[in-house]
Amino acid sequence: MALDSKVPQGPLKDKWTDYKNKINLVNPANKRHIDVIVVGTGLAGGSASATLAELGYNVKAFAYQDSPRRAHSIAAQGGINAAKNYQGDGDSTYRLFYDTVKGGDYRSREANVYRLAEVSANIIDQCVAQGVPFARDYGGLLDNRSFGGVLVSRTFYAKGQTGQQLLLGAYSAMNRQIARGKIEMFNRHEMLDVVVVDGKARGIIARNLVTGEIERHSAHAVVIASGGYGNVYFLSTNAMGSNVTAGWKVHKKGAYFANPCYTQIHPTCIPRSGDYQSKLTLMSESLRNDGRIWVPKHLKDVEAIKAGTLKPTQLKEEDRDYYLERRYPAFGNLVPRDVASRAAKERCDAGYGVNATGEAVYLDFAASFVRYGTEQAKIQGIKNPSEAKIKELGQEIVRAKYGNLFQMYEKIVDENPYETPMMIYPAVHYTMGGVWVDYNLMTTIPGCYAIGEANFSDHGANRLGASALMQGLADGYFVLPYTIGDYLADDIRTGKISTETPEFEAAENEVKERINFFVNNKGSHSVDYYHKKLGKIMWDKCGMSRNAEGLKSAIEEISALRKDFWENVNVPGTDKEYNEQLAKAGRVADFLELGELFAKDALVREESAGGHFREEHQTPEGEAKRLKEFQFVSAWEYKGEPKDAVLHKEDLAYENIEVKERSYK
Amino acid sequence: MNLTLKIWRQKDANSKGQMTDYKVSEISEHMSFLEMMDVLNEQIINKGDEPVAFDHDCREGICGMCSMYINGEAHGPDRGVTTCQLHMRMFKDGDTITIEPWRAAAFPVVKDLVVDRSAFDRIQHAGGYISVNTSGNTQDANSIPIAKEAADTAMDAATCIGCGACVATCKNSSAMLFVGAKVSQYALLPQGQVEAADRVQNMVAQMDLEGFGNCTNTGACEVECPKGISLDNIARMNRELMKASV
Repeated sequence: MALDSKVPQGPLKDKWTDYKNKINLVNPANKRHIDVIVVGTGLAGGSASATLAELGYNVKAFAYQDSPRRAHSIAAQGGINAAKNYQGDGDSTYRLFYDTVKGGDYRSREANVYRLAEVSANIIDQCVAQGVPFARDYGGLLDNRSFGGVLVSRTFYAKGQTGQQLLLGAYSAMNRQIARGKIEMFNRHEMLDVVVVDGKARGIIARNLVTGEIERHSAHAVVIASGGYGNVYFLSTNAMGSNVTAGWKVHKKGAYFANPCYTQIHPTCIPRSGDYQSKLTLMSESLRNDGRIWVPKHLKDVEAIKAGTLKPTQLKEEDRDYYLERRYPAFGNLVPRDVASRAAKERCDAGYGVNATGEAVYLDFAASFVRYGTEQAKIQGIKNPSEAKIKELGQEIVRAKYGNLFQMYEKIVDENPYETPMMIYPAVHYTMGGVWVDYNLMTTIPGCYAIGEANFSDHGANRLGASALMQGLADGYFVLPYTIGDYLADDIRTGKISTETPEFEAAENEVKERINFFVNNKGSHSVDYYHKKLGKIMWDKCGMSRNAEGLKSAIEEISALRKDFWENVNVPGTDKEYNEQLAKAGRVADFLELGELFAKDALVREESAGGHFREEHQTPEGEAKRLKEFQFVSAWEYKGEPKDAVLHKEDLAYENIEVKERSYK
Repeated sequence: MNLTLKIWRQKDANSKGQMTDYKVSEISEHMSFLEMMDVLNEQIINKGDEPVAFDHDCREGICGMCSMYINGEAHGPDRGVTTCQLHMRMFKDGDTITIEPWRAAAFPVVKDLVVDRSAFDRIQHAGGYISVNTSGNTQDANSIPIAKEAADTAMDAATCIGCGACVATCKNSSAMLFVGAKVSQYALLPQGQVEAADRVQNMVAQMDLEGFGNCTNTGACEVECPKGISLDNIARMNRELMKASV
């Protein structure tokens, strides 16, 4: 099947408007006869469910958590981008578009990104109307902060809990529709397969995670909004339950999977402390607005710090290496995530890491305390303030901005970040790759859509900070509700889809067979045993830097591990009860397939782009070297074993932006 | 450190539960409480038994999923944290730790330490929203300035994660802190004014219907709340309810 991105003709800035003017609509009376399944209730799934229900469709929404409000979008901290230009610093739709394409290292689809930038301003208006309490300044107007990879302040925020507030906004919109009966909510349910009838996605097989019952659900369209697959690394900033299963199941039924190797390793996370570690915690990128990143300039100081004979606060300015400011004077501490992460790794690999594991750098707020404190002393008319007073005033400002993050850090690390610099290290955070979609957000299965982090479309090879929330809500509130109508217009006479068909029967049997295998295998190793092993292979060989040799061995190792898993996995308990191990076994089984495709994708992409860094392809200064011949999307078609997957290429054309060497110097 | 754990085990909602003793060893003080539970579960699984079921997801204190009643306190002995943020450095070698689920009539046990908090969702269905459709035509976000103090206080109320610690810790199993927080968020913002009266009446009615108890101003909820939601929100809800009924 040839890939058709279905990008409308015409000038970039008119594409979306013209498209909306010409697509088919479904009249309100007919919408009542059309059902849509949405899998996942984060920002993308929650906003899509609410909006589709407001339009009149019958929505069935599914979440593995006990409430839609707990989807992992809730953990997003820093903010959401929008081209409002409230700060008058020269922002515009074009500039947001430009920054996003450049930030993604010229590996995203122009038309999609432009549309994203175009609807970004509507998102803020919508959220404020819902009662989302964004931060405001003393005049009562909305405040902004700055994020990595851009030179304007366009990020809206609600303390360090922006994702929480936006998700609660979408959840409240869902609640209104649940109350009206327009959304039927299935909490503690997991989608375990998609059902394709006559070539169209017509339903799903789901498992009730409390009773263990296998259920058939039909609809006229299925929307996958199940987030990213960072947990293929075992350790990531994702929630414990975050998984690829929904995306992987549609892949196995015909949806192409795009750019699996594009993973975001976030530069500012709390370093790991031991083998028992179950997850990693992010410290928001917004902290880089006010924190300066450094390591000691001299190895002897590193040793002294590790030995506990020297405190970081005792180290003189001239003995510190603010390596981001040194290497990238124009963007300094606010370089994009991929660049900041690699720079941290470079320093730590050279032996300058400051904790016991040698994998940590400092994020220091001392300079901000002084800067804010001095300003506050002036505002409050304090003459000749003491150093201590300035620090105290400055800390108050920082506390108001990031208090919850500082508290979170202190609880985990048991050190007070107001008194000593934070220690941070990169961790797996977000996956730019995902299910391939066209301009309509439809996968290669007709009637099956993918939105939010689950799809691949908008962030190219690297996502800029505060753009995930923007994309999730853009897809759910403003894009999918239009594009899906164009498809559903053909279904107004279809009537209810029956679940009593051979296709549903076959899908259900397949699901049951797999579950029966798990509960009856009684092997020798737990599910986590395999998940941890997979995570180690991924981190060591498909992590922040990759090479052909490592990737080839990763493919072999994952394949062997998968074989072992299917022989020796041990799942306690039965299938007819609440059984977290059983749910997890299914997820890890899918990660074991995805992981291999991931490595294969990384091996084929013989260039460095964004989060994908191939050691063979770098500039003499160690920067990523992109290659013109790889200016395409890799879309993989399922053919059984991951090694047999077939590559399809979607060429990326840049007509409105000049493809340049990406520089933040 | 070496610990003795007394954990509530209950097969499902209809079965009778009981406390069961377990021993864990070589626990690092840097582990989170849930990582200690992971160690225990791995040990149980390798013995061929069924692991302890507990709710957890984000493990960074924001999703509100984790919910353990530890040594008689919701989310355990530390303050301002959820169970997943509680660290073993709060305990000593040789300690015996009692772990129970949230106990409230409105939160029936699903299994072991997992409870059903859908009552919270139903209270939100009754009015926890502002009735605005998604259109792309809403007015510009800056067209209504909102005083910083009102916005900040609304934000403080909105940080509630819906974990249910307030209910678990309250001797009356009252949900007033949870409901008060949501009512307050909207009551403090101009967008929430239009539906304010209906909202508070409907949400309070649903709260009562779910079987939550009343508030007797003990204030334990505020102390145990991992997000520091203030009792002021209960007072504000009561004021809103009074206003709505006159």
